[in-house]
Amino acid sequence: MLDSTIDSLNSGESPLLRTIGLTKRYGDFLANDSIDIDIRSGEIHALLGENGAGKSTLVKAIYGLIQPSAGEIRWRGERITLSGPSDARRRGIGMVFQHFSLFDNLTVAENVALGLDGKESFKDMSARLERVSKTYGLPLDPRREVWQLSVGERQRIEIVRALMQEPKFLILDEPTAVLTPQEADQLFVVLERLKAEGRAVLYISHKLEEVKRLCDTATILRGGRKVATCNPGLETAASLARMMVGGEIKEVKAASGRKTTVPRLVVNDLSLAPGEAHGVRLEHISFELKGGEILGIAGVAGNGQDELFAALSGERLSKDPGTVVIEGIAAGHLSITQRRKLGAAFVPEERLGHGTAPRMKLSENALLTGHAASGMVHRGFINAAATLDTVDRATETFDVRKAKRDPEAASLSGGNLQKFIVGREILRNPAVLVVNQPTWGVDAGAAAVIRQALLDLAAAGAAVLVTSQDLDELTEIADRIAVMFHGKLSAPLATSEATRERLGLLMGGSSLEPKEAAHAVGA
Amino acid sequence: MQLVLEKRAERSGTIALVSPLIAIGLTILTMVILFAILGKNPLLALHAYFIAPLTDGYSLQEIAVKATPLVMIAIGLSLCYLANAWNIGAEGQFLIGAVAGSWIAVRTQGTDAGAWVLPAMLVLAAAAGALYALIPAICKVKFGASEILTSLMLVYVADLFLDYLVRGPWRDPHGFNFPTTAEFDPVATVPLLIEGGRLHLGSIIALLVVAAAAILLARTIKGFEIRVVGAAPRAARFGGFNANQLVILTFAVSGALAGLAGVIEVAGPVGHLQPGISPGYGFTAIIVAFLGRLNPLGILIAGLFLALTFIGGEQAQIAMKIPLDVTKVFQGILLFYVLACDSLILYRFKLVFPNRQVTRGAG
Repeated sequence: MLDSTIDSLNSGESPLLRTIGLTKRYGDFLANDSIDIDIRSGEIHALLGENGAGKSTLVKAIYGLIQPSAGEIRWRGERITLSGPSDARRRGIGMVFQHFSLFDNLTVAENVALGLDGKESFKDMSARLERVSKTYGLPLDPRREVWQLSVGERQRIEIVRALMQEPKFLILDEPTAVLTPQEADQLFVVLERLKAEGRAVLYISHKLEEVKRLCDTATILRGGRKVATCNPGLETAASLARMMVGGEIKEVKAASGRKTTVPRLVVNDLSLAPGEAHGVRLEHISFELKGGEILGIAGVAGNGQDELFAALSGERLSKDPGTVVIEGIAAGHLSITQRRKLGAAFVPEERLGHGTAPRMKLSENALLTGHAASGMVHRGFINAAATLDTVDRATETFDVRKAKRDPEAASLSGGNLQKFIVGREILRNPAVLVVNQPTWGVDAGAAAVIRQALLDLAAAGAAVLVTSQDLDELTEIADRIAVMFHGKLSAPLATSEATRERLGLLMGGSSLEPKEAAHAVGA
Repeated sequence: MQLVLEKRAERSGTIALVSPLIAIGLTILTMVILFAILGKNPLLALHAYFIAPLTDGYSLQEIAVKATPLVMIAIGLSLCYLANAWNIGAEGQFLIGAVAGSWIAVRTQGTDAGAWVLPAMLVLAAAAGALYALIPAICKVKFGASEILTSLMLVYVADLFLDYLVRGPWRDPHGFNFPTTAEFDPVATVPLLIEGGRLHLGSIIALLVVAAAAILLARTIKGFEIRVVGAAPRAARFGGFNANQLVILTFAVSGALAGLAGVIEVAGPVGHLQPGISPGYGFTAIIVAFLGRLNPLGILIAGLFLALTFIGGEQAQIAMKIPLDVTKVFQGILLFYVLACDSLILYRFKLVFPNRQVTRGAG
């Protein structure tokens, strides 16, 4: 071992950071299985993998958030043990998390000050904050309170905060997941600049085109192991996907000759005040969705998608019944149970705690949404056989993998639980299905099953509304795509017309050229 | 080496059953130490507490009599707690039920009122208990007031109200100025099951309540609603269940059961209304509810067990001069261990040996 240390010190070009046999064990589960990775100064290194492949575990170990069970981390050739994130930052390792840690009611400068370890005065720090943000083209007003900022601006705070510590190595966890295509392009300029300055960037993503464009090297993880290190520029998106998934991904196919029928879900001038502090106000939302049709709603998270879901499902009621019309019946004032009885079904974004009660069995979770209209309840008494039957049918139809016949919801993996939730709703043959983020955090295999199920449901004549942040998903399955921004919904574009550029403009709040908009309405 | 709590993938059914037993074992161990500190022979004390009451028929009946209010109240409380509504004021609802039922008994005293008196007392007591419990429930739903505080504070209101009545308007004129009503007429008394014994009809009612709660929770959509609102409030709202309505309903039901237990106690074993009709049944029932895992059958067993501690405490006081307050210490320690052991259902202990290679530090 001593020899190898000297060896790597002597080798002319020692990597900035190297892990050797890095292993993290949780009980019997190997989250990282002996991973070797080399990251050099002046490169943008992609870390690719599906959910659960071990990406987060690996970067948490590199950032000092968790201690590896075995193996070592070398920083500039020297073996190190990180006592925690502040230790990592002191050495020059920075990280921008996917989920921001910002206080809504504090200003930008106050948030940055809280995250810095240094002892400089608040005034000096604010001045430096403005300087760094200007230098890198990440404009920020230090005095604004965070709740007023868009998601993209919030991410800028996190990036600037990391850059203010002069990192030699910056880790970014799925930074573009919350950005419009244009904002993502701006971010890439910043990353190219960091690279030119000789810093290293570890870029976690599962957007393959992005990685091909931006990254010099890619390390691919699958099931906790490293499967390959390659130059993504020389690979195709399909070959990268094959390495990530370990096989071909099933193509999602739309049934040909799908016919649209009568309007099944109509929203008329729906406006709703936010239910909680810093929530989004829905403003004059109108659309019409016919049977056989899939309407996609794109948009950066936090622009009113959750509020729209609550208003459509009936978790929040509208004073005016006519704002939401399900199957021709004014339903704005009806409860979620009454809307289900009209033939509507809903799949929320959050699987555990919203879509299911985590510590209850699947059969009980089938009852959760099925009690209204599925013959599961007779004169107030539960028909246990009927609830179990739903579990069995969902398991068979949607390939839900689980350890026993009727386990607790929380014991299923994200993908399998999502297949169960979507299956539970589809098995009720809904006339209208409203889905929020159908494949969020789900592995590629399960995502394909779910998208196919949505297409098949539309083909069978149902109206399907899909809200997603994943533009590729929407273009794959939706017939028309509308964009949500600041609680307003744009006019839908036919998917063939909905280029990334156009959607990106709408997601950023710009309206399309009058000519284009007219064209969109005609489509 | 360190001891860590590790989350289980699924809740452990075995531990859910065993955890109350572990808690009882730990409590007894603690009591042994406590008895030793008090200078009493722990073995004799434990015998007086747990064995002696089980050896004669009179004590066995007395255990059932004491368990009756505990079980009835605890069943109601368990519905509240399952639905995440924290009714701490069952003691007050118990007293108000006793007062309301006694009102009929006092008004009909010495008249030729017939067999309707006792049923009317039971119904009125249940209604009064429910209404009294609705005060904190409505304050919570309408104004967001903490039901824990309001329900608890109303206990003292009920206690003093009862005190006022038996010292003032309802005092027995021939009672030598003792704060008590006159002995209730036979038509206003809960009938005994065995002539000359202690066991009364209330115990049968308690068993029926247990059976009804078991069916409600396991088989009906309302029972499911109660469980899911408590376990996952957001999922419950998504399921179409209204948490506020359920707070109102569970408080009303538990208040009614506590009120019913109250009137059965005064019209049964006590026979008249007086202060101190409850040795803290409403509070001990909280322990019964948790020791019984908020499960009807479990509550029946836990109710009998805690009734045993009441009787055993009296025996120990008589035989060994151990203060009766030790019983309350016992009950408090028991609740503490029950709640502590419950974390083992979702978590397990694990010994962790950190990897030596890693801890050695930078080389």
